[in-house]
Amino acid sequence: METKQHTLTKEEVKIQYNKFIGRKILFIFFLLASIILVSGISASMGSANLSIWETYSSILNRLFPAYFEPGWIADVCIWNLRLPRIFMGIVAGFGLGVAGCVMQALLKNPLASPYTLGISSGAGFGASLAILTGAGIIQGDYLVIGNAFLFALLCSFIILGLSNQKGATPETMILAGIALMYLFSAMTTILQYFGEAEAVKEAIFWAIGDLGRSSWPKVAIITCTLAGCFPLLMIKSLDLNLMVAGDEIATSLGVNVKRTRIILMAVTTLLVACIVCFTGTIGFIGLVAPHLTRIAIGGDNRFVLPVSGLFGALLLISADLVARRVLAPIILPVGAITAFMGAPIFLYMIMKRKREYW
Amino acid sequence: MKLKVNNIEFAYNSIPVLENISMELNCSEVLGIVGPNGTGKSTLIRCIDHILNPKRGSIFLDEQDISKMTRMEIARKIGYVPQSIEGVFPASVIDTVLMGRRPYLGWKSSKEDLDYVLEVLELLGLMEFSMRDINEISGGQQQKVLIARALAQKADLLLLDEPTSNLDIRHQLEVMEIMKNIVKNKEISAIMALHDLNLASRYADRIIMMKGGKIFAAGNPASVLTVENIKQVYGVRALVTDNGERPYIIPIGPVTG
Repeated sequence: METKQHTLTKEEVKIQYNKFIGRKILFIFFLLASIILVSGISASMGSANLSIWETYSSILNRLFPAYFEPGWIADVCIWNLRLPRIFMGIVAGFGLGVAGCVMQALLKNPLASPYTLGISSGAGFGASLAILTGAGIIQGDYLVIGNAFLFALLCSFIILGLSNQKGATPETMILAGIALMYLFSAMTTILQYFGEAEAVKEAIFWAIGDLGRSSWPKVAIITCTLAGCFPLLMIKSLDLNLMVAGDEIATSLGVNVKRTRIILMAVTTLLVACIVCFTGTIGFIGLVAPHLTRIAIGGDNRFVLPVSGLFGALLLISADLVARRVLAPIILPVGAITAFMGAPIFLYMIMKRKREYW
Repeated sequence: MKLKVNNIEFAYNSIPVLENISMELNCSEVLGIVGPNGTGKSTLIRCIDHILNPKRGSIFLDEQDISKMTRMEIARKIGYVPQSIEGVFPASVIDTVLMGRRPYLGWKSSKEDLDYVLEVLELLGLMEFSMRDINEISGGQQQKVLIARALAQKADLLLLDEPTSNLDIRHQLEVMEIMKNIVKNKEISAIMALHDLNLASRYADRIIMMKGGKIFAAGNPASVLTVENIKQVYGVRALVTDNGERPYIIPIGPVTG
């Protein structure tokens, strides 16, 4: 056996390993602090011209009443307009980051994103159907949202059902996902072809990811879904590590690979469908956040999952801040900005990487 | 650990891959499986670990039918060592070996898990590489990491699918020596699919030679690795010299006509 300079002892490796974990935890706190900071900046910026002091006193006033005296303009502006939008950005970004990470690991594909299973085209079709024909399952305010949600789920569950028949391998899922994506996109196109110009415009605008439709009830719905899905994904994150190492290995180490893959897919789909139906397709976050995370802290999914979520949240609220301010008073849809900002960062990281992977 | 395989059959999409396979394995024994490509060596190994379900027949581990055991129970008894690492997102060496503790539960690896894994890493001389990513070390070291993971699993039976086929001769010998010592010192058993007949001859206590999904010959190396068997199974003319107890095979050329 090779016995060249046996310098590392067990204790040293142990210390290194614990330090490595410590660094990951530190990174989580760093991201949390960044999110709070960017949220604060974002809340204080806008056409109403509030000072940072006004912003913070308005926010703190709700938490600790009787100490601050914010003006009512500030109060309305912050609590009714900006904060729902920022919180929507945080929960949606977190959900997309987590979902992207799970999808990439489950499908063993660095190109996978939350939309790989056709969720966005399903949602787009559902929304178009509601906007253009008024047909939908739920009537009233939530007609478009309800339709988008249901068709997003439908599209993904068809894929899950089909691949379940064929042993639920990543290849089957990706191929079935692409096929259904084209199918639903084609159906949307046909709907739009026969639609009224105004309605078509509305449908197309709907599909561009945007945080402009945020409100507290919507934030609450996504938060509740996250609260249900995220712990489950975290519990399974160790099994996710094993499945990344190989289906056979995972099986031989006691994981029911097929069942785990289907369950995790279903949970992730639910989460993403719930986000997409409120925000439209916000691209790039779910693709990039997991990669940035792996560059920063390595590939252990027990950490990649939460950190990728936090990265997603940070990216989305930062992008939204830019979207609101760059051409103010015009507010751009954040779905366009994420790619504008994300692509150069991503390319830079790819060119700069030193290792074969990250 | 005693393994008994009774008459198993397996088919991929109704094309039979294994037919009528029966065999036994005793404690502290190394069993080599040899045979040409596509004869079902890997399939057999996967059936034994219940990664694949045989169509017919039964497999008993210490008198227990594995088809009636849970995945976790099997995982505590049988360790599977694949041919090479796979996966697009590489993990660190230490995390890879820690995966072997999964059958003993605990989402977060405990202090005991870590201590045990460090012991295994030391045993295999992998301490230096513990914090490296698994795709950054050489093929030989990767193979050792995969064996380390199976050891961390504390399995009584290790199944190795062509552990040496990607390795240079030094690493081939190292890996085989490691396996020989582990089997002797830890009182576990091992089944290895091997391509190199001389490695099989040297390190296996018994050899099964497969042809077309069936067992063609079984027994000690000298009785299985004969000129006639090699010609029948591989279609290769060979010289077999016998220096002491283990036969040594020199392939000469494919049999023509």
